[in-house]
Amino acid sequence: MTTTMLGTPTLPAPRGPLSGAVLSALRGDRPELPDVEESPPYGEDLQLALYCCYELHYRGFRGVDAEREWDPALLAFRAGLERAFLGALRDDVPADADVEGEISALLVEHVDAFGVSHHLRRRGELWQLREYVAHRSLYHLKEADPQTFVIPRLDGPPKTALVTVQHDEYGSGDPERAHSRLFADMMVELGLSDTYGAYLDSAPAEVLAEVNFMSLCGLHRGLRAALIGQFATVELTSSPGADRMVKAMRRLGCGPTALRFYAEHVEADAVHEQLVRREVIAPLLRAEPGLAPDVSFGIRGSTFLAARLEERLLHHWNHGESSFRDGSNAGRP
Amino acid sequence: MGEARRRVIVTDEGPVLVYGPTDVEMPDGTRVRSDRAVTALCACGRSRRRPFCDTSHRRRVRGEEGKEHAP
Repeated sequence: MTTTMLGTPTLPAPRGPLSGAVLSALRGDRPELPDVEESPPYGEDLQLALYCCYELHYRGFRGVDAEREWDPALLAFRAGLERAFLGALRDDVPADADVEGEISALLVEHVDAFGVSHHLRRRGELWQLREYVAHRSLYHLKEADPQTFVIPRLDGPPKTALVTVQHDEYGSGDPERAHSRLFADMMVELGLSDTYGAYLDSAPAEVLAEVNFMSLCGLHRGLRAALIGQFATVELTSSPGADRMVKAMRRLGCGPTALRFYAEHVEADAVHEQLVRREVIAPLLRAEPGLAPDVSFGIRGSTFLAARLEERLLHHWNHGESSFRDGSNAGRP
Repeated sequence: MGEARRRVIVTDEGPVLVYGPTDVEMPDGTRVRSDRAVTALCACGRSRRRPFCDTSHRRRVRGEEGKEHAP
């Protein structure tokens, strides 16, 4: 049975043997599933393979049988990809039980920091802003969905508070105000395609890894505390970054529909920060103090992956080059 | 909410959190509505989006102090 949801994406192009095998399995073949060990854990091939496995739990792909979501061979293969990715992350960001310290560090504004939003605000060009938005669309067109997977894995006050935040993300009862919708409206105003998955082929591994980390932690009950850490990182750091994006877009002459997405995030995430700290993390760790290292792992892991993406974008832009894969021009006007 | 009294949290470091839809009257008489489940009202006076909090109350540092990645 092929159930196709409106806006189901098309399958991307493979990036190596792992993603090639996954794509072939999704088309209904029974390919030989290659050895995962050989592939760099943050590389294009492994990250795309993982991304395609996870997409089955969101919208799937056009022409792909919905039953593939629970195909035992694919799930076993996905587990190998996850072990490689998670293992590399555990090595790169050792966990620590000091969640309070981790959070305090996120709440400090570094006046002389220099990331993508700082660059865009000061001297970024419109094509760079477009590329950034195209990359981020892999998450924002399904904004809040990876974190929704954690709801049944929580109980009591943390669950209630998390749903309060998610309710806001989904538009507080008004689909026109859902953050994914505001993002889609911004894409159209910037001359980009708001079709779900339109920029998957142009997104480098660093973009996929960030979304994969959310899906990984959202889909594994054993990583629910890491998902909360990831969620907290986004909600705690987004207000100042969104404010810089509003300034960047004003400087570049973008219209009000484009500005609305980031303007909304300045205010919304100032509230979400408070809810996540006081009403999600604090009661969760009071009830289950043993979850602290995983909350911290979620914070450090998402910070680490975000930094890798920022580095890649700034590196390319500083050389006057597109940050899209293989110089593909999908997002260029 | 089903309660006659509205829940308000005064945070020590930042905004005042008001639970439920909020209608704020500004000093010049203009009214600002918030339909969020929780609204964060600026209490430090530094917000550029008053009456709402924009996290401007956060500590700002220069150089290596408290070094972490910033978005």
